[in-house]
Amino acid sequence: MKFFQRFFASGTLFIWLAGGALACSLLLIGGLLALIFINGMGYFWPKDLVQLTLKDDTRVLGEIVDTQRIPETISADFPDGQSRIQLKVGNRDVYGLDFRWVDETDIAQRSWPKDVIAFERREWGNFYGWVTAVWDGDTPLAEGRDIAWSDWYPFLEQTESIHREIHHIEHDVIGAINADMERARLNLKVLESKGEIPQDSADILEREIQQREAAYQEQIERLVGLYERLNRYRVTLVDVTGEEKTFPVGGLVKAWRPNAMTVPDKMLMYVENFWNVLTEEPREANTEGGIFPAIFGTVMMVLVMSVVVVPFGVLAAVYLKEYARQGLLTRMIRIAVNNLAGVPSIVFGVFGLGFFVYAVGGTIDQLLFSASLPNPTFGTGGMLWASLTLALMTVPVVIVATEEGLSAVPREYREGSLGLGATKFESLMRVVLPCAMPGILTGLILAVSRATGEVAPLMLTGVVKLAPALPVDGQFPFLHLDRKFMHLGFHIYDVGFQSPNVEAAKPMVYVTTLVLVLVVLLLNMTAIALRTRMRKRYAGASV
Amino acid sequence: MEIEQKFLKPSMSVVKTSEAQSQRLVVETMQTDPMKKTFVESETAQHSSTDGPAKIVIQDMNFYYGNVQALKCVNMTVPAHKVTAFIGPSGCGKSTLLRCLNRLNDLVDGARVEGTILLDEENIYRPEVDATDLRTRVGMVFQKVNPFPKTVWQNVAYGPQLQKIRKRAILDEIVETSLQGAGLWDEVKDRLHANALGLSGGQQQRLCIARALAVNPEVLLMDEPCSALDPISTGRIEELLHTLKERLTVVIVTHNMQQAARVSDLTGFFLLGELIEFDDTKKIFTNPGDPRTEDYVTGRFG
Repeated sequence: MKFFQRFFASGTLFIWLAGGALACSLLLIGGLLALIFINGMGYFWPKDLVQLTLKDDTRVLGEIVDTQRIPETISADFPDGQSRIQLKVGNRDVYGLDFRWVDETDIAQRSWPKDVIAFERREWGNFYGWVTAVWDGDTPLAEGRDIAWSDWYPFLEQTESIHREIHHIEHDVIGAINADMERARLNLKVLESKGEIPQDSADILEREIQQREAAYQEQIERLVGLYERLNRYRVTLVDVTGEEKTFPVGGLVKAWRPNAMTVPDKMLMYVENFWNVLTEEPREANTEGGIFPAIFGTVMMVLVMSVVVVPFGVLAAVYLKEYARQGLLTRMIRIAVNNLAGVPSIVFGVFGLGFFVYAVGGTIDQLLFSASLPNPTFGTGGMLWASLTLALMTVPVVIVATEEGLSAVPREYREGSLGLGATKFESLMRVVLPCAMPGILTGLILAVSRATGEVAPLMLTGVVKLAPALPVDGQFPFLHLDRKFMHLGFHIYDVGFQSPNVEAAKPMVYVTTLVLVLVVLLLNMTAIALRTRMRKRYAGASV
Repeated sequence: MEIEQKFLKPSMSVVKTSEAQSQRLVVETMQTDPMKKTFVESETAQHSSTDGPAKIVIQDMNFYYGNVQALKCVNMTVPAHKVTAFIGPSGCGKSTLLRCLNRLNDLVDGARVEGTILLDEENIYRPEVDATDLRTRVGMVFQKVNPFPKTVWQNVAYGPQLQKIRKRAILDEIVETSLQGAGLWDEVKDRLHANALGLSGGQQQRLCIARALAVNPEVLLMDEPCSALDPISTGRIEELLHTLKERLTVVIVTHNMQQAARVSDLTGFFLLGELIEFDDTKKIFTNPGDPRTEDYVTGRFG
């Protein structure tokens, strides 16, 4: 009895409890990160292609994706049960599905043919098989199963530059022409709406529009030429069942022979794949290609939000802490601010839609962009409204952190400054705020963390699954805050749950999740590094 | 003429008249009480043996923190170019009085001042007096060593920069003379642009003194400036006081009676918000007029 009393009083149990709680949290976080990391990073590894010969003599070729135990097969003969393996067989245009389950008991033979080639295609996913013929137009350049890599691969390499040129023309050149044409049309419309049109200026505009149209046609012709060049060389591919398919080389992205690659080769390709995902635009309903627009949209939205939320929150906190008379009212405001931080984000989304998009954006359109109505400019979701909505959502965090930062500035600094003849404002600007900077940055870190991962309010205020253009480009005024944008969080939702080919999208979900986590980490690390520098500068602030 | 006895604490040195020295001062006593709003002729305190002209005259000062009265009807005259020490046990109001002299108590919520404080015959509590201007004339050094987390140079130039002095050459000169004035120049001249928080405690406090000197004040208030310092640093600051009083008037609050005895020309003893006795330091420590002073300086309490 006494022993137990002593035991409880000593707090040993409590220490174990506390330590256990910490260990549990760490375990959960570690598990989460490990899952995302392993699944996300595994995506880029060029896996070997296995060729299975089944007992009924059909042949299957693909990457092994998963192995599962079949629960109902546990019997006396198989105490562990039997397994089935999931293969990514690709060739969606041939088989209809990219994935196939095979029971291990059905497998007669496995082999890893060295010469099998994996193709990444612009459409229909991967193709696994062999090249049997190469065509220049309709004349065959080479035929047979023993075609050398060098007979056709150079054509594939050439297409890259053609694709780049096409992309440049489609996005930049034609984009600029369209922007100019739109502007001229709007000017014309404005003139028309005023009633009397000075004939000469209308003529000038008309002529301008015609010029642009001519330029547009010229570009289209260039594009046609480029596409012809893309489609000039074709390859005939054959899959493991002997089915043949002929493609233009321009429809392929890249080709590799996984079973013949050495580990260093694979590592190189791994890095290359990773880089491509980070820098390329998505294809195939976002399940293939890269996620660059989503990364860009996420980072830019957070930056715009930070630019708004920091001054706003800091000013509010300064007034509340330094100037407002402390009393019932300030106490109530503080409670309200703290509660605001707990409001569900979708509520902010609804507010953002109702207030920013429809009320503010609609008014801006009426006043400044009335020529292009009924097409909305700011009266629809966009980068600006999404950022402002998130800024509103995170401003309580910044206010609270700034207030704490201000409270932490020693009274001696304020008095020392005032004692030298500084006004309250001068003390604030020159001594107090610089010293409160680490606190302000803590607020920013919290705000950024929360905003980066937020999806719900964005869905109402400007995120789309595929944005036609980035919010920053070469067309005046370069920064297009009215544009809709892509976001990693929404991308996860879209790819994972809205995609027609969920199985193929699974790795992409993990990759996107991983990148989202990395972006949060990167943004936070930047802010933390900044804060550490500030802290160092004001080290010993509390002598 | 004699100031009416009722305005003075009985223990306080009586202000004598001397037509030759008399200075006409407008005294706005106790604005809350129109009965006491009178013109009074006053003149310098009686410490004629050591006195210069009066720098600060405190008349019928009452100070409240909310409902708590921290100072009760304090009257005293601080002479120019002297070191005046305030002593007394903790909570006796000496620091409060010091902070009233540059109106730093204005910032305290619920603080209220009654009575007048005349600096060069002008009431610093008149509404039209700008507290920031006043604070450039009445500098302050704090108990807690508080250089800003900036460089040594920036610390000293802080005050002049606030007065819109922008020329680098002038600022450099002010920094140098101020640091010399605080006896710190030789130690820091090679690291003017290093963080001030890297200096030792004693150096930091002298930096605070230099910082205060840089705005060229007429009065320097020191609130227990040595309480956090070791004896050697304390000694250096005490030495500094002797040279400083040639330039300006020093008022120092101290817990250390030996320090008060060493550095000050006059000493005021405070107890529970009242000024018990104010006289030549020598007299306070050797032959105090009030038994409570004697009890305190001989260490019987406090």
